[in-house]
Amino acid sequence: MSSSVLNRQSTGLRIFSTGFIIIWLLMAAFPFLWTLWGSFKVELDFFSIADWTNAITGDRTIAVHGSAFTGAGYEGAWVQENFGRAFMNTAIVCVFVVCISLTLGTLGGYALSRSGYRYTFWLLMTALIFRAMPPITLVSGYLPPFFEYNVWGYLPTAIIVLVAINQPFTLWMLHSFFMKIPKDLDESAKVDGCTQFQAFRHVIIPVMWPGVITTGLFSFLLAYNDFAVTTMLLNKENQTMVPKIASFLGTTQTEGNVMFAVAAVVSATAPLFILVMFFQRQIVSGLTAGAVKG
Amino acid sequence: MRHKTFLAFFAPTAIAMLLFIALPIISVIIQSVHTPHDQVFRIVENCGPFGCKEETTIDQDASAALKEAAPLGKFVGLDIYFDRGHLAISEVVQAWRESATFGEFRKKLGNLPFYRAMAFTLTYTFTVTPMLIILGFAIAIGANSLNKYLKGFVIFFSLLPMIVTPLIGSLILFWMIDSRGIIGTFIQWAAGDPDLSLKASTGLTWVMLIVYGIWSSAPFAFVVFYAGLQTLPSETLEAARIDGASRWQQIKYVTIPHLMPLVTFVALIQIMDNFRVFEPIVGFNAEAHATSLSWIIFNDLSGETQLLASAATTSVLTIICVAILLSPVLVRTWRDFNQKA
Amino acid sequence: MVEVKSNLTADHQKINLAGMQGTPAEYTAAIVANSSIVALINEDVIRPLDDLVAKHGADLKKNQLITVDGKVMAVAFMANAQHLVARSDILEQIGVEAPTTYEEMLAAAKMIREQGILENPISGSYKAGWNLAQEFNNMYIGHGGEFFKPGTAEVSVNNEAGVAALEMMKALSEYMNPDFLTHDSNAAGAEWKAGNAALMNMWGSRAGAWNAEDGFPQDILDATMLGGPLTVGGGETPATTLWWDGWTVAKNISDEDAEATFIAMKNGISPAILDETTSKEAVWLIDGYEPTPAAAGVFATAASGAVPYPMLPYQGLLHTALGAELSDFMQGKESAEQALTDVEAAYTAAAKESGFLK
Repeated sequence: MSSSVLNRQSTGLRIFSTGFIIIWLLMAAFPFLWTLWGSFKVELDFFSIADWTNAITGDRTIAVHGSAFTGAGYEGAWVQENFGRAFMNTAIVCVFVVCISLTLGTLGGYALSRSGYRYTFWLLMTALIFRAMPPITLVSGYLPPFFEYNVWGYLPTAIIVLVAINQPFTLWMLHSFFMKIPKDLDESAKVDGCTQFQAFRHVIIPVMWPGVITTGLFSFLLAYNDFAVTTMLLNKENQTMVPKIASFLGTTQTEGNVMFAVAAVVSATAPLFILVMFFQRQIVSGLTAGAVKG
Repeated sequence: MRHKTFLAFFAPTAIAMLLFIALPIISVIIQSVHTPHDQVFRIVENCGPFGCKEETTIDQDASAALKEAAPLGKFVGLDIYFDRGHLAISEVVQAWRESATFGEFRKKLGNLPFYRAMAFTLTYTFTVTPMLIILGFAIAIGANSLNKYLKGFVIFFSLLPMIVTPLIGSLILFWMIDSRGIIGTFIQWAAGDPDLSLKASTGLTWVMLIVYGIWSSAPFAFVVFYAGLQTLPSETLEAARIDGASRWQQIKYVTIPHLMPLVTFVALIQIMDNFRVFEPIVGFNAEAHATSLSWIIFNDLSGETQLLASAATTSVLTIICVAILLSPVLVRTWRDFNQKA
Repeated sequence: MVEVKSNLTADHQKINLAGMQGTPAEYTAAIVANSSIVALINEDVIRPLDDLVAKHGADLKKNQLITVDGKVMAVAFMANAQHLVARSDILEQIGVEAPTTYEEMLAAAKMIREQGILENPISGSYKAGWNLAQEFNNMYIGHGGEFFKPGTAEVSVNNEAGVAALEMMKALSEYMNPDFLTHDSNAAGAEWKAGNAALMNMWGSRAGAWNAEDGFPQDILDATMLGGPLTVGGGETPATTLWWDGWTVAKNISDEDAEATFIAMKNGISPAILDETTSKEAVWLIDGYEPTPAAAGVFATAASGAVPYPMLPYQGLLHTALGAELSDFMQGKESAEQALTDVEAAYTAAAKESGFLK
């Protein structure tokens, strides 16, 4: 293993390398820990416009709620504003986007990797150019036809759009991944009398999971984090978490409730924590298998 | 693979992309060469809770026939591409003629929305992309030398900045870097200037956006490089070590060449994403100091009166710019492809 | 009520137009203000309501009806305006009356800073973009400026009134938090709550609602007074605009649907929705509304001869151009004349793209 080599490093280097990682971890994690802490305060403490130490001591929170911690933000977001509904919507969107994206992407990516014709190159390039389109323009283009055919506002519409927007990236990742699976595998299956599809099903599917899981995680993050599409294409009942959080922030003439937003941000990040904890091995092993070799 | 089989496999994804990406792109291109018909005005009296007033309104009957005949609007060719809101050809020529020095010309150019956005977008893209690659690489090397138990912990926290929605991630940081927020206070203390505000100066706003860009994208590079390190052939490293290569030489002659294809991949994806930078500008309320092409599109579409043609034109320009930026990578991929075939 | 309110906070204003353009329209009604109704009139997607008002609108007050060329196009239910909000305790401390002009506001701010009470006594929604443009509109109207050459879409803001308006905004910003270009009305409200500001020009809908808010520091709330609008440069017209919120009914729907929509929307704003809580939340135009102290500022503004935000087809384009081009001046990067020249150029390009100018 390479790590055995790398482990034999001088003490100075070791301290430097460890110190660097610690600093990075602080940078990566601190904003989230701070937000988690602040979500149990009132707005004036969280923003600490008077003095930043208020965010730690919670002076205003004590004045309002009698204790330095309050669940008012969470109660407001989940009970009063029914954040659970947005949570469910996000769950539905994510599951479907990941499944459909991967199904279409695996078939397409496999075909691209196994066809030697020149058009595959141009198809890949076209997909790349498609990805260059700013999503916000795409979305404003969708509005008139979606209203015309009465499909605006529903979850399936947003799901299909997210799948389509995500296809170029999925295709690229899975294509590179399939390139790493030796062609002899399915060729020999075909010699044995399998059709291309049978070869795909019986030979390729069993070995493709690491790459598919990695790609799936990226699709999941896209669907989970999307703002541009979901905010414009979903009606209020079907809103997912991110546009819901944005709507807590208020507009020019109406007061927002920032602490609802902060509590909701923490609530929306929590499932991601769990997700990463469960899947980090797959993320890494999928990448290890060469999913993203250019 | 035969054409027919290929089609069977590729059709579903092709249909999805055609319907939801290719068609909108075509309609955007059409939109960018048309404007609404010339409007006919009429003076009318408007009344409301605060009294009556003579105001102008659009005479719908007068333009109904025109709209019927040409529903797309008036064909204007590339006029919108060349007007002040976009490439501003005549303004640029004029600025060039009137400027005594190059500095003056640059200043005048910076006053035009497209070039001002370009200046930030390019600066952002070409500082964030290399720096996030370097940072991601350093974290990957550092994490890879840790023991098994610490690794999981480090990977977990390192991924955090990437998995949070850009809009929310930038909002959280925006709250923290306020001059009375915790990071803002820390920076004031470190700089010894109690009046320092990151949000009030253009230069510091750019730095802030760039730091945010690196912070949020480094995990992507980290994950990719970390995975690449797992496939590093240990024999080569071992051989290099026996030859007396220092650790730095090992990295330079073995690790980096091994990761090169991954660097290309990360650069490709990140240049594209960074060029479309948008959410941080909104999240940091930074439009007074920094704009991008995507932000211009957003601004055109979010006013009370939407400027569809203008937004469409900026979108087409964005695609063209990305294609130009990526062309070196595309040419390389084309060569690789021909070698393989 | 719930229906009307939820529509207000939703961020769906910008898709009203797309929602009303289909046949039949997906949205049968839309909540609009005097700025946003224009986009719907421009595209001819809302219907005249005269017959429905005659049939079902007996309990609507005359001043709730928004008419364009004699035809009722919308029914208003709320009024709003920006007006002075001040800290009476701090004014008392420096011994001055609440300002009635921006010049007095500057003088008061100077005293507050010099006496070391507050470092940045003035606050306001000066965020680059829509907010900053709105502040310019106020100040320009206060200086007696006209946005367009009469009867045309040709812009004319690069004049004495425009320069004076910008200079006043710059002078005010000297007394603001240095981050003022990032402060929208939410941030300005937060500054107020934290006790960091003593004077500002604020939306009535925001300042009024503070009374009903949990956790608002009581000492600051008690000292907060809602004043009328301010004048500037010796002008007669107050430097502010009046706003209404109302609803409209789509054109591309059947008459039966339109009638049902009208009745539903009208019930949403019936006098029955007024109770102790809702009365405090806004300045209602609904019959039977008894003004609460929270409405004092908006009423004072309406009584002071302030003008409504213009309902012109191209006003929105100018607003966008102002929002994008004025921030350079506010940062001291260019002169007022240059900023206004840029505004006019940006507006002209946009107006040509929209067919308002040839």
